[in-house]
Amino acid sequence: MTNRPLALLNARLIDPAAGTETRGGLLIMNGVIADLGGAVTRDSVPAEAEIIDCAGDMVAPGLIDMRAFVGEPGAEHRETMASASAAAAAGGVTTMVAMPDTHPVVDDPAVVDFIKRRARDTARVRVLPSAAITKGLHGKEIAEIGLLLESGAVAFTDGLHSIRNAQVMRRAMTYGRDFDALIMHFAQDEDLAGSGVMNAGEFATRLGLGGIPVEAETIALDRDLRLVNMIKGRYHASLVSAAPSLEIIARAKDAGLKVTCATSINHLTLNENDIGAYRSFFKLSPPLRQETDRIAMVEALASGLIDVIVSDHNPQDVETKRLPFGEAAPGAIGLETILSAGLRLVHAGQVNLPRLLHALSTRPAEILGLPQGRLQKGAPADVIRFDPEEPYVLDPALLHSRSRNTPFDGARMEGKVKLTVVAGEVVWG
Amino acid sequence: MADTRSPIIFPHRHLLGIEALAAPDILHLLDMAEEAVALSRQVEKKRSILRGRTQINLFFENSTRTQASFEIAGKRLGADVMNMSVANSSVKKGETLIDTAVTLNAMRPDIIIVRHQESGAVDLLARKVDCSVVNAGDGSHEHPTQALLDALTIRRNKGRIEGLTVAICGDVAHSRVARSNMLLLAKLGARVRVVAPSTLLPAGIDRLGVEVHRNMRDGLRDADIVMMLRLQLERMSGAFVPSLREYARFYGLDEEKLAYAKPDALVMHPGPMNRGVEIDTAVADGPRSLITEQVEMGVAVRMAVLEALAQHLPN
Repeated sequence: MTNRPLALLNARLIDPAAGTETRGGLLIMNGVIADLGGAVTRDSVPAEAEIIDCAGDMVAPGLIDMRAFVGEPGAEHRETMASASAAAAAGGVTTMVAMPDTHPVVDDPAVVDFIKRRARDTARVRVLPSAAITKGLHGKEIAEIGLLLESGAVAFTDGLHSIRNAQVMRRAMTYGRDFDALIMHFAQDEDLAGSGVMNAGEFATRLGLGGIPVEAETIALDRDLRLVNMIKGRYHASLVSAAPSLEIIARAKDAGLKVTCATSINHLTLNENDIGAYRSFFKLSPPLRQETDRIAMVEALASGLIDVIVSDHNPQDVETKRLPFGEAAPGAIGLETILSAGLRLVHAGQVNLPRLLHALSTRPAEILGLPQGRLQKGAPADVIRFDPEEPYVLDPALLHSRSRNTPFDGARMEGKVKLTVVAGEVVWG
Repeated sequence: MADTRSPIIFPHRHLLGIEALAAPDILHLLDMAEEAVALSRQVEKKRSILRGRTQINLFFENSTRTQASFEIAGKRLGADVMNMSVANSSVKKGETLIDTAVTLNAMRPDIIIVRHQESGAVDLLARKVDCSVVNAGDGSHEHPTQALLDALTIRRNKGRIEGLTVAICGDVAHSRVARSNMLLLAKLGARVRVVAPSTLLPAGIDRLGVEVHRNMRDGLRDADIVMMLRLQLERMSGAFVPSLREYARFYGLDEEKLAYAKPDALVMHPGPMNRGVEIDTAVADGPRSLITEQVEMGVAVRMAVLEALAQHLPN
């Protein structure tokens, strides 16, 4: 942590927690936001402060990504803590929740500890470990929820895996409730999903590919939320993709359950037609759905029904992606493009900027119980500066991730992160 | 062949599917195939259009019939044909399809014929090589030469394709033959029906421009052509249909069900047949069966395809 104060001047300060936009400056001292607003000017800040003139760019809380697959330990050829955090910093993500789908699986306090140490030693942004709900992600035996919490796990999830057995899920929720553990579950009925590789429907039929019906998601989600109603624990749907899932979430929220949900940046900006001629970079789990589903996701984001946007960052290399579509691994990288892609919705007039940033920072912070996600005196100085208008064409070669599997390869983007600050230190820009 | 015909150039470097072909392309290939039929019935069958050319048959899925058909077609046109046995190759040792493609490409073949168990795999391979690629079947996606040979068989027996009612019966969900035939027959103006239990119909089939039927009586009514599909054995016992005998009872083509179709309706099957399952022996070997003729037309159509693609090969 640097001792030298940092002043971001001449900015448009967006506080998604308060829903405000203010012209002014932001002063960072000792890793926290010391002051902000119109009164923070070149004359008001300490003489020794490093000054950055933001030239009218936006300054907002750093983004908090609740679903990122890192690759360390076990798949460092795809991504390390260092490379993932470099991508995160360049994308404006100041905190990421690392998924437990590693080798070994994060189902043991020693692995949580390993991740925390690797993050401390090699990562530029904050990395919060999540831990497995079930040992080995096998969906059979509950992991050591209490010990994992003590060692620093922020939430429990089986990552890419969905728990098939309702009794196991029920016990995990019941046991987890005693620790007020946050269960983050990817709801997908594995039997219905079967050998499907994309959204079921006309397009899959034309391509001759096996389909995953929307019901694979809604049935599993409905089961989970009925269990939540029975148990009353904290539950976060890790990633929903289909319009009918939103009705199920709305019902649970209306009933007063402690339920939140996320969708991915991909499901907000792409649809199944983007797969085109078997492009495996668009093979995701859950699969990209129809345009009507995407529109429903965007509307639910605008209304606040969808709490959170995740990158669902999942680095895959040549060996796992440059294969026939059916054999390729699902997943796309996303840490570095999450804001640019999200701004597409703002430029299209579908979501306003504070709302977008709320789902990318304030709301995840609330769910995880973090002090970040707001521009406030005394809050941790995790902030970003970005120009929402700056156009660029995405060149995968310039990305910081070790893997190149971006669905935005060659896409025209509008809006770029120019500065990322974590705990008062500049980590990008 | 080429010297006597008007100089139409086939506008594609590869044949990856019926989807990319326009009706005139298809008719052009059928016309060329007619000449190949005549040639194949002569004592002297050899031509030199592909002399000096190398054709590789790269089959990731075993197929005696299709591979033999492509091999004979290539040899009749004078090509050096090499059959690559994937079971013994590094592909089984984990080499990716793209690495295989790049390796084969370096051996400078002129045409590669590919069959692969994954939909889209042939398309992927075609992007990585400099030569022409023919799709000999990819997953549940397309099998264009099968649809072409079926069309040729129909046209030779019925004199036309436009206006005919063709019923495609059986495992439509997993069938590349069904997909290619639906596309081709629709492009040439036939009325296409699919007939299958709902578990063997893919999602969204009703939006593909075909009539959908769930029983043979309605599906075969007034049909000119009854095209049966092979049911893979692993799909017969409980997964998609309850049992083999139940499937045979409701969806197997026998004389009784064939009577629903027009009196002069003809029967087709891409082979190999499960006799007594999707087709009864009396029908398969009966006077209305075109099944053996389909095999003959297979060689002719593949010769036509190879010749058409040869127009794009560098001299």
